Formats: sequence, C-alpha cells, structure tokens
Amino acid sequence: MDMDESLIGQAPPEEKQYSYLNLGPTHPATHGIFQNVLKMDGEIIVEAEPTIGYIHRAFEKLAERRPYAQITPLTDRLNYCSAPINNIGWHMTVEKLLGTEIPKRVQYLRVIIMELARITDHLICNAVIGVDTGALTGFVYLFQQRELVYEIYEEICGARLTTNIGRIGGFERDFSPKAWAKIHQFLKEFPVILKEFENLLKRNRIFMDRTIGVGGISDERALNYSFSGPNLRAAGVDYDVRVAAPYSSYEDFDFIIPIGSNGDVYDRFMVRQEEMWQSLRIIKQAIDKLPDGPFHAKVPEFYLPPKEEVYNNMEALIYHFKIVMGETDIPKGEVYHCVEGGNGELGFYLISDGGRTPFRLQFRRPCFIYYQAYPEMIKGSMLSDAILTMSSMNVIAGELDA
Amino acid sequence: MMERVENGSKPGVRMAEKPEGYEGTGFFATSLEKVVGMARKNSIWPLPFATSCCGIEFMATMGAHYDLARFGSERLSFSPRQADLLMVMGTIAKKMGPVLRQVYEQMAEPRWVLSVGACASSGGIFDTYSVLQGIDRIIPVDVYVPGCPPRPEQIIDGIIKIQHLVETESLRRRDSQEYKAMLNKFGIE
Amino acid sequence: MEFSAEDKVINTLKEKYEGDVLHIESPYNFLTITLKKERIVEIIKYLYSHPETGFKYLTSIGGVHYPELNQIAVVYQLHNLIANLRVRLKIYLPVENPVTETITSIFAGANWMERETYDFYGVNFIGHPNLKRILNVDDMIIFPMRKEYPLEDQTREDKNDSMFGR
Repeated sequence: MDMDESLIGQAPPEEKQYSYLNLGPTHPATHGIFQNVLKMDGEIIVEAEPTIGYIHRAFEKLAERRPYAQITPLTDRLNYCSAPINNIGWHMTVEKLLGTEIPKRVQYLRVIIMELARITDHLICNAVIGVDTGALTGFVYLFQQRELVYEIYEEICGARLTTNIGRIGGFERDFSPKAWAKIHQFLKEFPVILKEFENLLKRNRIFMDRTIGVGGISDERALNYSFSGPNLRAAGVDYDVRVAAPYSSYEDFDFIIPIGSNGDVYDRFMVRQEEMWQSLRIIKQAIDKLPDGPFHAKVPEFYLPPKEEVYNNMEALIYHFKIVMGETDIPKGEVYHCVEGGNGELGFYLISDGGRTPFRLQFRRPCFIYYQAYPEMIKGSMLSDAILTMSSMNVIAGELDA
Repeated sequence: MMERVENGSKPGVRMAEKPEGYEGTGFFATSLEKVVGMARKNSIWPLPFATSCCGIEFMATMGAHYDLARFGSERLSFSPRQADLLMVMGTIAKKMGPVLRQVYEQMAEPRWVLSVGACASSGGIFDTYSVLQGIDRIIPVDVYVPGCPPRPEQIIDGIIKIQHLVETESLRRRDSQEYKAMLNKFGIE
Repeated sequence: MEFSAEDKVINTLKEKYEGDVLHIESPYNFLTITLKKERIVEIIKYLYSHPETGFKYLTSIGGVHYPELNQIAVVYQLHNLIANLRVRLKIYLPVENPVTETITSIFAGANWMERETYDFYGVNFIGHPNLKRILNVDDMIIFPMRKEYPLEDQTREDKNDSMFGR
C-alpha cells in the first residue's frame, strides 16, 4: 500500500468551520441598539457585519417641517448624554445664518454649559468602560456626580437630560444665584470623586491588561475613516474643533488637548479622563473671567421680547406676533457650522430658502462616521475585546441613527 | 432623641403590612393569592429594554440617588426568560418592532410591561414614517409612564403601580379566557 | 501678489479641470464649488494628493433634493487639517437617474455616508462595495427624504385630522 510518509501522525486536513454569533440589537453589553453579526473562529472574530437603523427617527426629515426655534428639542436627542452641546451648536448655526453678534457674557456662559456637558458625556463613557471590564463601583460613583450636573441644568433651564437650553441669541434668563452656588459646589466636590475613580483604574493591573493593545487603530486609518473627537485624539492626531476653528470665545481660554499613541481602549479612556480635567480648568477660567453684560443678543427674528414690553410697546407686540406665528424674515443661504461634541465634530449643514423652516438640514454625526471602522478594529480580537472596543468608542444610538 | 416605631422594630425601618389572616402560636393562615402577591411584588426582576434617552434616565434611576433596588429590583435580567417585567424605555422604530415582539414572546407568564417615556407610549414627538406610534400596537402594556424623559421619581411611580397590579392580580388571570382573547388581539398565541 | 488660501485652491483646480468648474462662491466664508458630475472622483483625488490643496479629510457627504430644478445635488465637504481650509463641492444629478461614482477608494469613511445618501435620496454610487439601505427598513421602496414623500406614516387611522387643523 502506497502512502505518503509525511501524512503519518497528522490529522486529516479539513475545511475551517466558522460559527456566526448574533450580537443582537438587544444586548446587555451594547449600550444602544445596533446589531453585529460576528463570524467567529472559536473565540476569535474573523469578520463583523454591523446593522444600524433600529432607532431611526428621521430627524432630517422632521427638521424640514419645524421652524428654527422648534428644532432645538430635536437636536437634544442626537447625543442625549451631552444635550446642551447639540443645542448650543444649533443655535450658533442659526446665528451664523442671521449674522448676529453674540455678547461676550453669553459666549462665556455657553462655554461653561458646554464643558459641563462634555464632562457628563465622558463620565458615562468611562464609567461604562469600567463596567465592561467588571468594575461596577466606578459607575455608581460617577452617576452620582451626574446627578449634581442635572441639578445645575434644572436650575438653568428646567430639564435634566434633554435640556433645550438657551435660545437663539443667548439665554432666556441669567443664571440665578442658586445655579452659581450649585456650580461652585460641583467644582468643589467633583474633582475629589474623579481622582478616586481614576485611582481605581488608571494603574490597575487588571484594567491595563484588559485594555492596552485592544481595539487599536492607526492614525492614518483613523483619518481616512474621518474619525474625530476623543477617538481620533487617542490615535495620535491633535484635531479639536475648539482649537482649529474656535467658536464662542474658546480662544480666550488656556487648555491642552490630550492625545494618545496607539488608539487602543486604554488611550481612549485616558484621553477622556484628561479631557474632563481640562474641562474643569476651562470652567474655572470662564467663571473667573466672566464679563458683565446682556444675557442675550438682539435677535428680533427669534427672541421673544419681555412681557412688560409686549403689553406696553407697539414694536414689541409686533415682534412677538411675528415670531410666534413664524412670519419673520430669514435670509437665504447655506451655512455649515461645527462644534466639538462629546464624540467629535458635530456639524450642522443648513440650507435656508427664506421660509420659516429649513430647506435642508443635515447633521454631520461623528458617531455614525466612526462606527464604520468597527469591523476593522475588532478583526482578529476576542469577543470580550470586541465588547470593550465598542463601549470605549462611545457609540450613542441616537447619534448613530438620527 | 430616637423615635421608636410602633411595632418595636429598629427606628427608621418600616416593615411591610401583614395580609389579613388567622394567626396562632407558630402559624399564620391566609389565602395563597395574598402571599404570592406579596412575594411577587417585592421581587420583580425587570428587563430593561433601553433604546434611547429614557435609558439614561433609567440608569440614573438604578444609580445610588434614586435607587430602584430598594423595591426588590436588584437583579436586572437581560434574558427575557428570567424576567418578570419588560420595561420599554425609548423610541421603538418600525425596524425594532419585530425584535421587541420576539423578546415579549420569550418571557414566561406572569409578565408585565411598563412603557416608559412618551416615545414608547405613543410615538412621542416623532410622528414620522419610521417610528412605531406606541408599543401598544404590538404588545399589551400594563402601565404607561409619560414624560420626555420622565424623571426618576416618575419611573419609580410607574414601578409602584406595577407593584400594585402584581399584588392584586388573581392567580387564575393568566389562564382565563379574557386574557387569551386579549393576547389574540395582538396576534400572540 | 499674495494669493489667499481660497484663491490657491481655485487656481490649482482650474489648472487642470477648468472645464468642469460651473460656479464658484463663498457663502459665509466657505468656499463652495459647483462642478460637473463626470469627473468628480478624479477631481477629489487630485485635490487629495496635490501639495497645494491636500484635502485629506472628508467631513461629510450629503444629498439635497431641489424639486423645482428636478435635480438631486450631492454635497462633498472636504477639510485640509494642516492648513485649516475647507471646501464644499457640489454636483447636480438628474432626479430620474441619479448616478455617480463612489469615492470609497479615496476615503474609507465615505462608505456609510454614501449608503445614507442612497437610502434617503436614491443616488446610485457605482463601484460602492455594499450599496444597500442603512437606516431605513430593508424592504422600503421609496426614498423618503425626497420632497414629494410625506413625513408621517400614511397608514395610520387613529389621527383625527380635523383636530390638527389640516
């Protein structure tokens, strides 16, 4: 009998069998509803196919139907963990279209609110990275701090999460003394807890083993995928809209942009941690340098005049009527404005045809754009690493699907 | 100065009320429904079906400030087979409808549904082609919690109403003809 | 004479693709160039690699439906991170047959952006690796963002129009 000698003692060659795992839309570890069908070779992931759209609420079509001031509640629900940034970004887009000049005090107050919102967004992301590695304590501590920020929002605008904060042109009223007291209380208490949380995880052997080298992406690939925000900065590119195209007086403040080197989960965690410290620094500077002045700009197209004037002054009455009925004159044009959201460059591309509703409003959503790199980032890693990569990218379903 | 609570237990700790029954040395007789109701209501295991912003308010409800665990819901179950209460929080798009229906069908009786938020109750502010205008088009709902998003106190209020439903439910309800007829209206076997 | 950054971009573009440029304007200080649709991929690649322009970051791709013109515009916004320069390129496609080529060979991030434009407006990107619907349900036959389609779901019977002032 003729047999190939080299085959003796070896297993017969067989076809590689892959299994398909559906990391379905409802899953405890995916924070948001999106689906990934993973092709697995044992525990290693070979390919992934994401499906999104499970919470598509047709924001862009809705925006074509709503007058400008009514679009603010829609923008709340984009990245709902840091709703004020979306609101203020939208207001700035309309102000750019109208060409209004915003007083310094309004700009500084907006900076305070936006940095508070950025802190809350990063709090959720880092707490959730902790939870996915098994550290549940950090989550409970940090959510307690989010309650403090919710109380600040409540003093200013009345709502906790979906804030609809401010108006086109500024704020409806100045911050009350109680709001200032709460902000100062937050600035006193929060750094202590943040330091405690950081000490739990920053040099923790288990956390570092789980997160270093996991889910990395190089800076050229990140730029090619149009990443922005903390994910891009963790990959090593120092692009921050607050510095590249400063808006709302960010050029007056002194802060650094933290960048990472590998773009892995640990770098993203540390970039977000450091950004929270920098945000605290910006808030302190803004409070110290806060100028006096009006808390809203003169925007007769959108700003409801105060009630005493409406009842006594003819002009104010006419403006009130025109604003409420939506008969104000909006210039025609196309404008693009972007702000640094919690996840990156949040852009609003607005085309106005002079009517009371936009002709076209496109939201440039950072989450949607960088999530396409996810299959590439988890190729060859294990399932638990894939979960960790997803939570470190801070994918918010509202922003993903709009 | 410490206040003593009526029945001699530790100050600040309130005991649940005893159901009516006949008591003697070493035994207490009451109806099975009351005991089962009391046990069930204080140990509801919820399934948080969190899709959007209301999910963040739910996370705040589970946090240390508005602790939901003190109502017995310490253990969140993400598997429908081990859950009692399906809490639907957030917008349900038409793409998500079949998934929600499948999760509901996988739950074992007795099961309750709490619809948290305006979007789950009626479609909310999203009257569009892609959003399901209320989950009660596909599954039966027990309690609706309005709000956009509802405050944690409102969510807890909804849980307390569910607890009341759980406590007062008859043990035969899930086998009755009316219940089966109601499920048939939704097309659920 | 010192050219402004915008002029440099326009001159570099006109050096090679003078015939494709239809209209140049700068609303709100944002250089917007309307181009013919035939060689858009080459133009974007040229702007990507030319040292004077270097637009290596794709900000967004979006569609706009102009019902009076019967055209669908595809708007590409590019960004040169080093010189901090942005440009908007618009091409107009006929609404009966909106077809253009994909730029996924240049920018990997254009993949989902083009799928979204297809989902909303029906623009067919030739050469796209996976052109199917991304946000809407897979069996939808209309392209919902076009102006002729309504916002609300037309099949519901429980809304009383007389109470909504319609």
